[in-house]
Amino acid sequence: MGELSGLYALWYREVKVFLRERSRIISSIVNPIIWLVAFGGGLGSTISFGGADYQTFIFPGVLMLTVLFTSIFFGLYIVWDKRMDFFKEVMVAPLSRLTLFTGKMMGGCTDSLLQGSFLIIIGLFFNIKYTPYSLALVILFLLFLSAATTSLGLAIGAQLSSFEGFGLIQSFVIMPLFFLSGALYPLENLPEWLLVVTRVNPLTYIVDGMRGALLGLNHFPIWMDIGVGLVFMVTMILAGTLSFMRMH
Amino acid sequence: MIIETFGITKVFKALVAVDHINLSVEEGEIFGLLGPNGAGKTTLLSMLATILKPTEGTAKVNGYDIIHQPAKVRKSIGMVFQAPSSDELLTGWENLYLHAMMYGVPSNVRRSRIDEVLELVDLKDRAKDLVKTYSGGMRRRLELARGLLHKPKILFLDEPTLGLDPQTRSHIWDYIRRLSKEEGVTVLITTHYMEEADALCDRVAIIDHGKIRALDSPANLKMKVGKSMIRAKVKNPNVEKIKSLPYVSKVEAKDGDVTIILSEVGAHIQEVLCNLGEASFVELRDPTLNDVFLQLTGRGIREESAESWEEKLIQVRTNG
Ligand SMILES: Nc1ncnc2c1ncn2[C@@H]1O[C@H](COP(=O)(O)OP(=O)(O)O)[C@@H](O)[C@H]1O
Ligand SMILES: [Mg+2]
Repeated sequence: MGELSGLYALWYREVKVFLRERSRIISSIVNPIIWLVAFGGGLGSTISFGGADYQTFIFPGVLMLTVLFTSIFFGLYIVWDKRMDFFKEVMVAPLSRLTLFTGKMMGGCTDSLLQGSFLIIIGLFFNIKYTPYSLALVILFLLFLSAATTSLGLAIGAQLSSFEGFGLIQSFVIMPLFFLSGALYPLENLPEWLLVVTRVNPLTYIVDGMRGALLGLNHFPIWMDIGVGLVFMVTMILAGTLSFMRMH
Repeated sequence: MIIETFGITKVFKALVAVDHINLSVEEGEIFGLLGPNGAGKTTLLSMLATILKPTEGTAKVNGYDIIHQPAKVRKSIGMVFQAPSSDELLTGWENLYLHAMMYGVPSNVRRSRIDEVLELVDLKDRAKDLVKTYSGGMRRRLELARGLLHKPKILFLDEPTLGLDPQTRSHIWDYIRRLSKEEGVTVLITTHYMEEADALCDRVAIIDHGKIRALDSPANLKMKVGKSMIRAKVKNPNVEKIKSLPYVSKVEAKDGDVTIILSEVGAHIQEVLCNLGEASFVELRDPTLNDVFLQLTGRGIREESAESWEEKLIQVRTNG
């Protein structure tokens, strides 16, 4: 019982703080629009894939980008929390590390899913057509994505004691995850090395699943996309929990 | 005994921060740990609060072992950290509400409990403001209130008045006394302000380099130094003569500055001054806890504390 209300408290804090920070919300709406208009519109004037124009084609990728960045940075931010003294108050509370992790993780998921929902609405203005089925699938994939990458960020952040390694994490984790996922290009006709790399990147399947749901442009069967997403999420949650148990 | 330590020790690499400390605190008392910066006070408190694991030894808090029953220990204590630890991005009320939930305060009494503690520290009218907008004293009061919210039997206060102005400081002392009296909580407080230990504590442990050097009530500690002190400026003090007087317990002379500790000043001052030599300045005073510390360690409590807390905080901020 105590753990449950503690969980709620941890979640409530993250959501409160998120909703209070207007600037973050605004940039979370503006950034994807810039991607869609400038990148999608610019490149899209010369190319199109599978009958969809490029802007529509990368919409699932931009959705992923938004949720990925919000989630993973939310998680990594635990490094800052640990340095701030108010986090000591949380650490000394009579709550298990599992609760601590779950509360943080759910807080981060809520933040990034809220941003994802803004973007889903924005999609209406970019010719994205939703059906109840496609919407449900997209939300499912975003849930996998945000839970997995928030956990990944938390797992890494809990082991760091300063921001020193951040550049490296950006270069070796976040950027490859995004650019080697097929978010910006189709998975057909890739050079051999890229073919291999994209297939081991779990985000590939998440983008593919969303693209399939929204545009009917699947590369893998949908059950495979869902399966990989689910396994990715569960693995990262386990990693995050273990990392929190060993924190400090 | 509500707190008892058994040879508790913490070693950081080569540094022994807390060195086999045995002490016990009685239920309901205000117990002080007095010592200079780096003495090991925060480390000791952190171990008792189960934030740090002892290298050796253990302790019981409210009857629970700090190593094997940390969850029960945490439920029994309230903690006010040395550095401000309230969440700046939330309001005072929200800080308290989250704390109440995390500590399992039943939902039907949460709001009334919050009102109660806000009343106690006079923060009712600012409760809906963001903590960012609070002064240092208000934040401290909020943290005190938060420490009490789940009705802990024991309150740990780590330098609760550090960096506050004297007026705010004496206000906080009033609050702490009130808590101890009205709520019956046991208070374990660390400080490097001897006035604070003197004014507030029933008993004081003087701690230096991780060891307890003396432990008693402030009055008894000072009594051990001597009942009174004479400070005088004398060109050629007759130190040997003064030392031989039966009621004099200690004489220190340095560059014509003489400090004499004696059992009672009233009856003997005449004789002391006659034997001392020609004095250009004489001062009589009661010993302070600083004199106790000086006698035990050969230096003052504040001498090593040049690096103030504010400076440290700035360092942390800029490093981060
Ligand atoms: N995490 C740590 N790692 C290494 N040394 C530490 C750590 N925490 C404290 N110390 C050292 O232990 C000693 C005692 O510190 P502390 O308990 O903070 O003293 P106080 O609270 O009495 O000022 C100091 O010399 C301090 O530098
Ligand atoms: Mg300290």
